[in-house]
Amino acid sequence: MATEALGWWGVPLGIMAGMLRGSAPFLFVSLGECLTEKSGKVNLGLEGTLLTGAMSAYAISYLTEKSVGPAISPWLGVLVAGLAGMVLGFIHAWLSQQPKVNDVAVGIAMIIFGSGIAFFLGKPFIQPPAPQLPTFDLGAWSNVPQIQSALKISPLLIIGILLAPLMAWFFKSTRWGLFIRAVGDSPDAALAMGISIAKVRMLCIIAGSFLAGIGGAYLSLYYPGSWSERISSGQGLMAVALVIFARWNPIQCLWASLLFGGAQAIGPALQAVGVEGGYYLFNASPYILTLLIMIITCSPKKTLTGAPGALGTFT
Amino acid sequence: MLTSAHWRKTLEAVSIPIAALIFSLFLFGLFCAAAGANPFAVYGAIYKAAFGSWFAFQNTLIRAAPLMLTSLCTALPARLGLVIIGNEGALVMGGIAAIAAGLSVAGSAPALVVQIVMAIAGILAGGVWIGIVGALRHYRAVNETISSLLMNYIAIAILNHLVGGPMRDPTSLNKPSSFPIPDADKLGNIPFTRVHYGLLYGIVVCIIAYYLIQRTTFGFAARTAGGNVKAARIAGLPVGKLTIAICFLAGSAAGLAGMVEVAAVHGRANESLNANYGYAGILVAFIARHNPIAASVVAILLGGILASGSILQRQLGLPDATVYVFQGLVFLVVLYSESLYGRFAIFKEPEAPSLPPPSATLAV
Repeated sequence: MATEALGWWGVPLGIMAGMLRGSAPFLFVSLGECLTEKSGKVNLGLEGTLLTGAMSAYAISYLTEKSVGPAISPWLGVLVAGLAGMVLGFIHAWLSQQPKVNDVAVGIAMIIFGSGIAFFLGKPFIQPPAPQLPTFDLGAWSNVPQIQSALKISPLLIIGILLAPLMAWFFKSTRWGLFIRAVGDSPDAALAMGISIAKVRMLCIIAGSFLAGIGGAYLSLYYPGSWSERISSGQGLMAVALVIFARWNPIQCLWASLLFGGAQAIGPALQAVGVEGGYYLFNASPYILTLLIMIITCSPKKTLTGAPGALGTFT
Repeated sequence: MLTSAHWRKTLEAVSIPIAALIFSLFLFGLFCAAAGANPFAVYGAIYKAAFGSWFAFQNTLIRAAPLMLTSLCTALPARLGLVIIGNEGALVMGGIAAIAAGLSVAGSAPALVVQIVMAIAGILAGGVWIGIVGALRHYRAVNETISSLLMNYIAIAILNHLVGGPMRDPTSLNKPSSFPIPDADKLGNIPFTRVHYGLLYGIVVCIIAYYLIQRTTFGFAARTAGGNVKAARIAGLPVGKLTIAICFLAGSAAGLAGMVEVAAVHGRANESLNANYGYAGILVAFIARHNPIAASVVAILLGGILASGSILQRQLGLPDATVYVFQGLVFLVVLYSESLYGRFAIFKEPEAPSLPPPSATLAV
């Protein structure tokens, strides 16, 4: 087996492959959450959105394969996943802006509701194979199969990587970006500028959920590439925590997502070279990493740099 | 107390959640109709499976017992202004500690002692687990909602690791499990029923929690800090100690739920421990508006709904996730109902009393 030929080099290679393969869902969800939190609201429910996106993308890709062909149907799935995310985002945005309603609690409810909907509607799609998204093979120069498979890049990942600087530019240099930052940092100032706080937040939450839905489509249509109820296992939630670590900066969301994609691959990479003991514990490493990062980067003494001023307050 | 001065407020606190439940049943009916099932058949099946007969109701009570305990894991910290959803993890850790402690003393001690040791181990493990969340919140300002949810995944990984390796009973093939505790040491049933003593634990702990929060200085301090942290600090309340203590108590209730599941239902620790009682407990706490007594009633209602999951699957061909959809709907509607308090004129105390106060009449 080639894995044995690579020996322990398989571990760093596996982690690198995991970075390129597993980081896109983190990236999309964290960019979506970044957009949401910049407007001063928290959306913990992106875990449910991720699952709904994964389910609807897979279902649409499977159902439309016959009518539009296997080349287009996965992209249709990606689009529908985003739209399904927008529907959940609308529910969250509307409910979390009612008076006296806590947006963290709404997020928990949306996790339960979104995953319930995804499991309910997704039951018939657990078995049949759906057409998958295409890839760019950047590893054709190598004759090591691991490197070839590691350098298979999904176009969605490239879109995500381009989206991060675009979003940073949007926040920094556009009028709309200024509106969002004003609403998130100082709602009173935004009100004085004549901006509708409710509308800006509504649009940010819906757009953020659209991105999270696309992250879900990546899960079911590329990697791991099938629909099951355990497909997300908390990735949406980790991405929310990752935004704090990234200090609400889209570029840093990109680096953090790569780190998490790599951490996720530690367990499978060690298993591939024959480390069997502690399989479950290694698989928990992304959760432990998230917790450690939060412990190190949070501080009780000062508010975090970059944190939107109105985050977590009632207005 | 139901005095005449407060009856409108009490009525409001009772009728809004009930109206929310009824409205979410209506929405759920629409959902079922859209999915191709007759909503009235669904309502009928849920009622029959949950409360239709003494046999069914006992099933409901068996499910309500852990729900009462896990709901406290969210309800108690909520009084301090914390949103903790680590119920599942604390339950799992409690279950692991209970089985480990139970196996180490079983055979050399009477059943009662084994059960007490198991309960203490479960309480300590669950308490420490959520106590860590509280400590991280206080010392490092780590968001307690996210950290507690992450700790759920870590607890489940520890469970899978232990029952798949160090604690594994080699005879458990399909489903890796720990060694079982002897049947003689299992938690028995309440006389004349099939319901185990865990239900009694749940009710007693809910009453203690209510008394602690509403009737003691400790509870008053916690509620004050929950209302206004700055004011509590100025008043000299030890906010950090309160946070950690409340989190410990919250986790210990969920840990006891894990012990009950191990000692009364499964007899061993395996992945069945991770049966979503923790997540349903969050919902119970929110419907009950974080009142422990109300939580014990809501737990029975929700226990009934959980009990109906398999009937819906078998009789009406609905997926088992139907129950989650329903839970999600109830949760969303209940949260919306939060914004309705104080909006209805009928629940407002009349402002100008028709009779002039006695002192005024005397003065004339």
